[in-house]
Amino acid sequence: MKELNTDILVVGGGPAGLSAAAEAAGIGANVLIAEGDLHLGGQLVKQSHKFFGSKDEFAGTRGFEIARLLRDEIARCGDRVKTMLNTTITGYYPDENVVTAMIGEEEYIRVRPKKMVVASGAQERLIPFPNNDIPGVYGAGAVQTLMNVYGVVPGKKVLMIGAGNIGLIVSYQLMQAGVEVTAILEAMPRIGGYWVHAAKVRRLGVPILLRHSIGRALGDNFVTGALINELDEKFNPTGSPEHVECDTICLAVGLTPSNELLWQAGCKMKYVPFLCGHVPLRDKNMRTSNAGVWMAGDVCGIEEASAAMIEGRIAGMSAAASLGFKVSDDNFEKYRLRLKNLRAGEVGEKIRIGVSDVTVDGWEANS
Amino acid sequence: MKEDDVIICRCEEITIEEIRSWIDRGYRHFDELKRILRVGMGPCQGRGCRDIILRELAKATGEPLDRIDPGTIRPPVKPIKLGLCAYGKEGTSK
Repeated sequence: MKELNTDILVVGGGPAGLSAAAEAAGIGANVLIAEGDLHLGGQLVKQSHKFFGSKDEFAGTRGFEIARLLRDEIARCGDRVKTMLNTTITGYYPDENVVTAMIGEEEYIRVRPKKMVVASGAQERLIPFPNNDIPGVYGAGAVQTLMNVYGVVPGKKVLMIGAGNIGLIVSYQLMQAGVEVTAILEAMPRIGGYWVHAAKVRRLGVPILLRHSIGRALGDNFVTGALINELDEKFNPTGSPEHVECDTICLAVGLTPSNELLWQAGCKMKYVPFLCGHVPLRDKNMRTSNAGVWMAGDVCGIEEASAAMIEGRIAGMSAAASLGFKVSDDNFEKYRLRLKNLRAGEVGEKIRIGVSDVTVDGWEANS
Repeated sequence: MKEDDVIICRCEEITIEEIRSWIDRGYRHFDELKRILRVGMGPCQGRGCRDIILRELAKATGEPLDRIDPGTIRPPVKPIKLGLCAYGKEGTSK
């Protein structure tokens, strides 16, 4: 079996992984990025909206342009960073400290990294309702990939489930692509996403129905409509269901960390609702309880890409430092301050509580 | 299959009603349900159903979600052709 060696293996070439790789290579480490998709940039490549946050994290720049800036930064690292696309890290074997990688479906190799940064991102949540397995029921991320990466619209008339940022942004992008959005349903009594995104779709006349959810998908071979319900205080359906005509049902009901490798690496994990799933305990440098494993981005808690990029920089720097590459403490302080500023205020409150719940002082005891 | 059946594990076509009935029979751990129903053993390895099943277990046991064991997560995270493993020495099926 073919075996590769590297100083640092970065699992995932999204905003967190690319930032980690650039930072680690910038101070001298050799880095291998394994990316499951056919391109680097992760979810950024399909984000056509401008980002918020701070200038340091490219506020005001569109997502796909941020992806390009990160790819340029990786290119400037030259031979220090090697990239494997279409490559999934399929397993971590702690006894030998080795991971397996599948390239396409044609090649299966071993990678023996000295250190590893897991930046494997997140996956979409699904909700149970009758007939949810027929064609025409999509995750919002899948719809965005179809439209913004492959130039294909999912249907003509979409019912969106979820008024968080993803539901709102994807609704707007559907309309930009000429697709009708019948309504956006939201189970909570308030809109979860930013006001500016909600205002955009409201100005275009799309109703956002709060305290509403889908009761069932209609159709035999594909979606022809949906029954929707108002919800009571306990989120149970109330009143008689209403019929909605649509050929696509788009689920934007949240993400959860893709944490399989971290479980396999034996990292101490905790279920944290504010971070949307099981996430590893971490020190302030994004190191897990496994002394050879760092993490960054959505895999350690669902948050914005801007936070993922800073976490990546901290993780990459810390992993490289553990191999003896020189890092000044000022750099750590600089990134930690940027992260703190990003999470300041009301918007960051849940993240702050969630992160403090899983942050430990240090792993000195087990390293 | 009844009209109101809700499939929550698409890989193995397991409905939420089946999950609930096995929980009622005393299967109170994700891994027990996995062994009896194969949930989490298909191509997606539980990416779609695990969350929903853990919530059902929390509801049935009255325990908060952070006390529900998500079960053992083993390699591989996605299906690998047996041929690839068999040709392991060269590491390629070609």
